[in-house]
Amino acid sequence: MEDIKRQLTHSSKATKQDRYGKAIAFFCTFLIGLLVVSILYLVASRGLATFFKDHVSVWDFLTKQNWNPSQVDKNGSPLVGALPMIVGSFSVTIFSAVLATPFAIAMALFMTEIEPRRGTKFLQPVIELLVGIPSVVYGFVGLTIVVPVVRTVFGGTGFGILSGTLVLFVMVLPTITSMYVDSLRAVPRFYREASLALGATRWQTIYKVVLRASIPGLLTAIIFGMARAFGEALAVQMVIGNASLLPHNLISPASTLTSVLTTGMGNTVMGTLPNNALWSLALILLLMSLCFNLIVRYIGKKGRMAK
Amino acid sequence: MKTYSLTDNYVHKFDPTKTEIGLSTENLQVFYGDNHAIFDGTLQFRKNAITAMIGASGSGKSTFLRCLNRMNDDIATVQGKIMYQDIDINTPEINVYEMRKHVGMVFQRPNPFAKSIFKNISYPLRKSGIKNKQDIAQRVEKSLRQAALWDEVKDDLNRSALDLSGGQQQRLCIARTLAMNPDVLLLDEPASALDPISTGKLEQALQELQKNYTIIMVTHSMQQASRISDYTAFFHMGHILEFDRTERIFTRPQIQATEDYISGNFG
Amino acid sequence: MNAKKIDKLATAIIGFLVGVVVLILVALIGYILVTGLPHVSWHFLTSPSQSFLKGGGIGDQLFNSLYLLVLTLLISFPIALGAGIYLFEYAPQNWVTSTIRVAIEVLSSLPSVVVGLFGFLLFVIEFKLGFSILSGAIALTFFNLPLLTRSVENSLASVPKLQREAGLALGFSRWQTVLGVIFPEALPGILTAIILSAGRIFGEAAALIYTAGQSAPILNFSNWNPLSPTSPLNPMRPAETLAVHIWKINSEGIMPDASAVSAGASAVLILAVLIFNFSARWLGNRIYRKVTASK
Ligand SMILES: Nc1ncnc2c1ncn2[C@@H]1O[C@H](COP(=O)(O)OP(=O)(O)O)[C@@H](O)[C@H]1O
Ligand SMILES: [Mg+2]
Repeated sequence: MEDIKRQLTHSSKATKQDRYGKAIAFFCTFLIGLLVVSILYLVASRGLATFFKDHVSVWDFLTKQNWNPSQVDKNGSPLVGALPMIVGSFSVTIFSAVLATPFAIAMALFMTEIEPRRGTKFLQPVIELLVGIPSVVYGFVGLTIVVPVVRTVFGGTGFGILSGTLVLFVMVLPTITSMYVDSLRAVPRFYREASLALGATRWQTIYKVVLRASIPGLLTAIIFGMARAFGEALAVQMVIGNASLLPHNLISPASTLTSVLTTGMGNTVMGTLPNNALWSLALILLLMSLCFNLIVRYIGKKGRMAK
Repeated sequence: MKTYSLTDNYVHKFDPTKTEIGLSTENLQVFYGDNHAIFDGTLQFRKNAITAMIGASGSGKSTFLRCLNRMNDDIATVQGKIMYQDIDINTPEINVYEMRKHVGMVFQRPNPFAKSIFKNISYPLRKSGIKNKQDIAQRVEKSLRQAALWDEVKDDLNRSALDLSGGQQQRLCIARTLAMNPDVLLLDEPASALDPISTGKLEQALQELQKNYTIIMVTHSMQQASRISDYTAFFHMGHILEFDRTERIFTRPQIQATEDYISGNFG
Repeated sequence: MNAKKIDKLATAIIGFLVGVVVLILVALIGYILVTGLPHVSWHFLTSPSQSFLKGGGIGDQLFNSLYLLVLTLLISFPIALGAGIYLFEYAPQNWVTSTIRVAIEVLSSLPSVVVGLFGFLLFVIEFKLGFSILSGAIALTFFNLPLLTRSVENSLASVPKLQREAGLALGFSRWQTVLGVIFPEALPGILTAIILSAGRIFGEAAALIYTAGQSAPILNFSNWNPLSPTSPLNPMRPAETLAVHIWKINSEGIMPDASAVSAGASAVLILAVLIFNFSARWLGNRIYRKVTASK
């Protein structure tokens, strides 16, 4: 009797193990949280130094076109106009997403509506392989095939926004497709059945019912694709030409935030203005990635409310 | 839909000096958030007897049963006392992991581990500190016999438990629970997923076990309750409206709701 | 045009677009394998690279990639497992948990250059580890953690709740239930996730350029003392990986056979990704059968 009472009210090996296990598991989670906070803090503190320590105006940084951080203009202020890179990044991102979206929609519809079983079996590995190919390989193929083709067809050097867009198109395609497939699968079966039962053709059903119901999902998928494009570094850097000039057409050498970062970081000295200016570019990248995140959240919340 | 008074009830009380009580509850209240699922549940479970809990689906039987070994801790707020061996086991000081070895539970759907038949039973034994191989083998055999499964699996103890039929899996789950040497056995519709033959074997095993355990069983089958239980509690909308000897419940119920339920005129 | 015709036309357009995508993939892989495989030989896979001469190999880079992969998994898997268990099993539903979840999502969407530059700043510069395998492995861990954590959590969640209740009802603590019951059943999913993440790690370059560095010092493959600077195992030496190598020779282009070496190296990378992809599936199925079948 007393025995049982003791047993039931005292901690055992199991309770202790549980406490340690929980503590260790929490510590791991905490590490990840800490990591994210330190990334945000360190990149922000470096990136803001350009503005607070070197007193470059944020407006000038975002709107001026002259990027040559180691030199000063005639008024003595450093040449850190990041507009060419910002324009470059947004151009390749938007163009590649626009180009990829119809293909992604077609792929997703094929896998969910037209040939759900065989289509998935065949196209799922296609998507996985496209995701799996490393970005340097995309860059290499871009360099050896896309750039020469662009050069022969459109003239110029072949390096530029157009080549960057074409390479990114293939890279964001699987991202948009697989996310959109998920949201198409979430459209309830009976929506389609109801529509088909009313005598609508398959395309009418897809167009009027399925596509409409999955618009938030499509937007989310596109944003994810854009986030991937915006953050992609090496593949773009290899084909864009790396000239920090404002691009005046799609086939003149240009640059993106990531391409300048990868080529420049090794040639500057920590703590100097040219280096800080690069960190400011990294900060823009980071803020954009947070932005994409927020937009996805916003769409998700609105989608849930509409239901 | 008829409405029944929720305050008229008839709950038989044992005299603890004459009858041994295996487990009892006092004023048990359960809330799922704002949903008040059990009201003032006060019930005694006699030792060495089978108590059946019947009632319409959603009336709170599973909720009540799961409180008895604190399986609802994470999902509901449970107030009131649950007395086991003169100890209130519904308090934060209780070591629930030890307590569950005394109050074992078998679920509606068989849930063997993805391990062999033997390991399904030996693994929890080893985890609870029994290391001697012979001891373990003995207890595996004994519990499989108690659950009336031994003869069917004795030649094949290394087979995956997932290859067994549903009825065999359920009896394996009972054996696994029995091997831990509990006092009280809680079963939530243990036969609902089984065919009639397996159900028969299961009921036989339970009647055998009744001699040594306090058995508390939720069932949706009134035939099953009348066949094997000694006492029956009738649940309605979170209230225990009647509790008595099974033959009294089925022959002379005191409450209109009970009578309607067992005669099929309910609701 | 009537509805039937439009339906046919739409289906044809969809089929055409799908065909284009499949063609792109086939052309892509075909091009790399056709141009790359002829360069792949035992000599190519095992000999060191050349900067200014023809005929260099990728031996050191291949070793570096594999070594980094192993180190990264060794660091990131335990952390991801712990975090996955915490989030799935213990985390209370409050603002701390949801903040951590948001943080993990943010980390998973950060560009890998940013993660690499952070690793550069913190480990290479502040902690003075220099361009080293260790810095690289840590940067890759950052890059790998969020996805792997999420996969671990999903694999744990895919084990039926009934199994968890079975363990708890037998008097197991949550920890025992997770390790003894849930984890073995989640293992196929977790292993698949690890192998898929191995594919991503193997091909990653942007996070490594400024952490593991862009140079491959001469290695002495008969020296296995991890403290010696020429030992392949030394975690403090700079290490150019295969993916970084491809990027570098294409950006600098001083190697006379850069294009051939890149093609060969790309073919090796693609083959590795294919192998990772297939083995993930195969192993997943096989282990599942083994765990559930006899013994
Ligand atoms: N996990 C849960 N979360 C919230 N409400 C629950 C949960 N389980 C049961 N309930 C509610 O509690 C009431 C009783 O359910 P239950 O105990 O399952 O009844 P029974 O077993 O008699 O069919 C029902 O109203 C049900 O909706
Ligand atoms: Mg129930």
